[in-house]
Amino acid sequence: MFEMPSGAEIQSIISTLKSGAGYFIPEIYMSGLFLVLILLDLVTGRKNSRLLGTVTIAGLLGGLYFVYQQHAMPDTEFFFGLYALDRFGIFFKYFFIASGVLAVLTTMIDDTLKKHESGMGEYYALTVGMVVGMMMMASSNEMLMLFLAMELVSLSAYALTGYLKREKRSAEAALKYLVYGAVSSGMLLYGFSLIYGMTAETNLLRVNMMLTAHGYDPLVMILASLLVIAGLGYKMGAVPFHFWSPDVYEGAPTPVTAYLSVASKAAGFAMLMRFFYVAIPQGIPGYEDMLKIDWLMILMVISAASMIYGNVVAIWQKNVKRLLAYSSIAHAGYLLLGIITMDTLGTQATLVYLASYLLMNYGAFYVVIIIANRTGSENLEDYKGLGKKMPLAGAALTVFLISLVGLPPTFGFIGKLMIFSALLAKGSLFMWLALIGILTSVISLFYYMLIPLNMYLRESEKPEEGVAETGIGAKLVTATLMILTLYFGLFFQPIANFAHYSSVIFGTILN
Amino acid sequence: MLSLIVFLPIIAGLIILAVPASQKQIIRIVSLVAALAQGVVAFLIWRQYDPTMAGIVAAPGGSPEGSFQMVERLPWITLNLGSFGPLNIEYFLGVDGISITMVLLTALISIIGVLSSWPIQKQVKGYFILYNLLSTAMMGCFVALDFFLFYVFWELMLLPMYFLIGIWGGPNREYAAIKFFLYTLFGSVFMLLVMIGLYFSVIDPLTGHHTFSLVAMADQANYIKGAILGPDSTTWRYIAFIVLFIGFAIKVPMFPFHTWLPDAHVEAPTPISVILAGVLLKLGTYGMMRINFPLFPEVFQAGLYVIGVFGAINIIYGAFCALAQQDLKKMVAYSSISHMGYVLLGLAAANTEGMIGALYQMFNHGTITAMLFLLVGVIYDRAHSRQIDKFGGLASYMPVYASLVTVAWFASLGLPGLSGFISEALVFVGAFSAEVTRPIAIVSVLGIVFGAAYLLWSLQRMFLGKRKPDALYDLEVDSHGHEHIHFHDWKGKLDLDARELTMLVPLTVIVIVLGVYPMPVMGMLTSSINKLVEILGPVAMTAMH
Repeated sequence: MFEMPSGAEIQSIISTLKSGAGYFIPEIYMSGLFLVLILLDLVTGRKNSRLLGTVTIAGLLGGLYFVYQQHAMPDTEFFFGLYALDRFGIFFKYFFIASGVLAVLTTMIDDTLKKHESGMGEYYALTVGMVVGMMMMASSNEMLMLFLAMELVSLSAYALTGYLKREKRSAEAALKYLVYGAVSSGMLLYGFSLIYGMTAETNLLRVNMMLTAHGYDPLVMILASLLVIAGLGYKMGAVPFHFWSPDVYEGAPTPVTAYLSVASKAAGFAMLMRFFYVAIPQGIPGYEDMLKIDWLMILMVISAASMIYGNVVAIWQKNVKRLLAYSSIAHAGYLLLGIITMDTLGTQATLVYLASYLLMNYGAFYVVIIIANRTGSENLEDYKGLGKKMPLAGAALTVFLISLVGLPPTFGFIGKLMIFSALLAKGSLFMWLALIGILTSVISLFYYMLIPLNMYLRESEKPEEGVAETGIGAKLVTATLMILTLYFGLFFQPIANFAHYSSVIFGTILN
Repeated sequence: MLSLIVFLPIIAGLIILAVPASQKQIIRIVSLVAALAQGVVAFLIWRQYDPTMAGIVAAPGGSPEGSFQMVERLPWITLNLGSFGPLNIEYFLGVDGISITMVLLTALISIIGVLSSWPIQKQVKGYFILYNLLSTAMMGCFVALDFFLFYVFWELMLLPMYFLIGIWGGPNREYAAIKFFLYTLFGSVFMLLVMIGLYFSVIDPLTGHHTFSLVAMADQANYIKGAILGPDSTTWRYIAFIVLFIGFAIKVPMFPFHTWLPDAHVEAPTPISVILAGVLLKLGTYGMMRINFPLFPEVFQAGLYVIGVFGAINIIYGAFCALAQQDLKKMVAYSSISHMGYVLLGLAAANTEGMIGALYQMFNHGTITAMLFLLVGVIYDRAHSRQIDKFGGLASYMPVYASLVTVAWFASLGLPGLSGFISEALVFVGAFSAEVTRPIAIVSVLGIVFGAAYLLWSLQRMFLGKRKPDALYDLEVDSHGHEHIHFHDWKGKLDLDARELTMLVPLTVIVIVLGVYPMPVMGMLTSSINKLVEILGPVAMTAMH
């Protein structure tokens, strides 16, 4: 029989919530922004996408202020241990706000979305909703909360993917995404429930304490880890949980593709790191002598498979969006390398890599949209001769692709440098992974260079097609992204130091 | 000084960016001015250079300033890596005898390259921006003393080169460009891993932190025991040496990693061939002398025989392939492979004569091959073909051209009195006096014979005798009874014009002067080479353990 809590208990619950709310302001603010956007859409009518976009950007940027305030607060968990505030989470809050802003910027130039008949109100609201969800994925400290946050992200993402209702590709992509997403959510939940079954706890710290204190059955643990990794692997787009991504990336509106490939992937990584680093770090007593496999080994295999599969299959792609989809599978592999080392340097490297990935991948998609606006196509064939007709876009895209390969002097090189440094700092232990990473990045050069090859080395057969002009705003954004990619390739000190500062996860002691 | 010489071209590139694409002449002149200014700075550096200072490693006490010259050292990036202490990347430039030789060569070839690019009409703006970027990257490689900085410059060369071959190249340029890119990237990615491994294995004695400084890395006393590339980690040190060596060998290019070179040369436009053969190939052997050998001297000593054998294969195989070529440019490309083999052989000798010969050969090969490619370009411009057997009797119609070709060809085959002779002779002296390489040297002498064969044979077929019936040009007899030839769509001067002479005559002079009196170049490099031989020597290594 359910017992009513006493008045005093209710009082204490309320006061806990009140004190916790002070640490939760960015999320509350973003939820407010979500509501404001829906209201604004109702009030201003349908033909207002530019206004809505501007408001969204302004609102997101305003959120930076509240995140900045959190630097002064101590690392803590609150709301009865449901949620954590730490520098790791703060890094991702910045990251998701930045990706949200870029998502809106890419949307505002996209011609297919501009003409959307039912307006863009829900679109921007869902974008903000995803930001909230991703922030919570990176900061939740409890399994149910993690699951809810992930569902919030997924549901928003399904809707965004299918936003072009009348286009078959978009609808098909949304359905595929939904089906895969539902299955992997189920797996994640199953994994969580197994862990709950072993520990009777849902808070990550207490899960860890229970496992340490009482030991566990390694077979169940490996099954649970596998299920959790499967659930998250789908968000990260890592092999073998990647099957949805090429189709969804190709079918979704390009700004959504960019958003999914950067932000939602990063959220998956954030959650993976927090969950495993806090709840099931390696070396728990009673662990070593049983089964010789653990979640780190699963991740190593996944990482190697993603790097190889993503980079090799991308070679045969004829559609640029599909090509970038496969490349994003490969990048998931590189990112996992930083997690495998399980130390501060690895975490720092992962964060730097994510930051570089944000810039270069968004940059690449941004230019892809500009080009699609002009040619109406994302096929490699139609990139022929574009370098001459669109000098800025061509040069910028080349820089982004070089950065994706990981060549200096671009930010992408710094990401790879940090990742490989983290691996080699462990001596020769992870040398084989470093070798796979290095060799596959040579392969990646081949397919990334297919795009500049078509843009510069080949001439277009068609004399002149479509409207030529890109707006000054789009040019400005392209140039800014390009310059940042190059600038951080040479002067990465601030970002790398900030990533080091941010590599502190509440409840873990990494060395 | 060094910053200036490195970044002058990129400043020119930025200026060109602001010039409208239609102003082709201004773009060319800006590039030429930058290249000439670079030449002036190189000259000043050469004048200031003190040949008694050795370089290679730091002066006693660990300071590089006492041993390298014109050192510029600024902190560039300082990162907190937690338990690994701060990560320090420096902007660290300096020259010693090895690098100054290459700096002079690069400055010279850059000027020649701009002049040679003058007739290019297609997308002039883009061409010169990329050219200047390439020029900066090459120069940067030769003066960088921080491994990270070196790596950045090293990789920075790839993209401009890809586009320069890919956009302005011949019919099969796409294939050649991507092949070049993939090969060289394949070589250099391993360098990245070795670089990181070295970083964790070396401590700068002055700061006590890990460092990327090549000067600190060249001193075996700075390696930490137990680190992945530390003195006791024999296996990984061997692996690191081998992958670095392959990375540089691809650039040289050493058999069996040479297959990108003929493709790249045949497709590349003349100026890019000149840069490629004149400077880029030297980066491979320079990297060996600056990084690969001094950082892993004990592996180098163990591998002398193998390096020598590869050198000999290069010499003989390159000569054989050159002998079989119908395309003149391909023949010159294979002759490059053959001549870079001498460099490898000289390095494998691991004594002063051999090493000096190797470095001097690098300089001479740069000037001679630049001439060869320019001369090939001259005939290709006129006839739009490079098929050796389509020509005949050119000597009597183009006497100036024929005489310069003769000088270049003879310099290439190592005729005494021309610069190539001295370096090849030194290489052989070195290789004969070292016990390991003696048998290899005996076999390699065959290369000289074959070298003479393909050069003289091509000279004979193209320039001597009479015009051939299926030739690429018509024969006309004027009213005085003099015979002239006429290329089908060539409007310019038949024999060399002023621009071509401006490029070729200085090179010819250099080739002759350095053949008679090699001291201007050789004087600078002797003490550095002595130092290099000393730290690579077995004696130095027994002291280390």
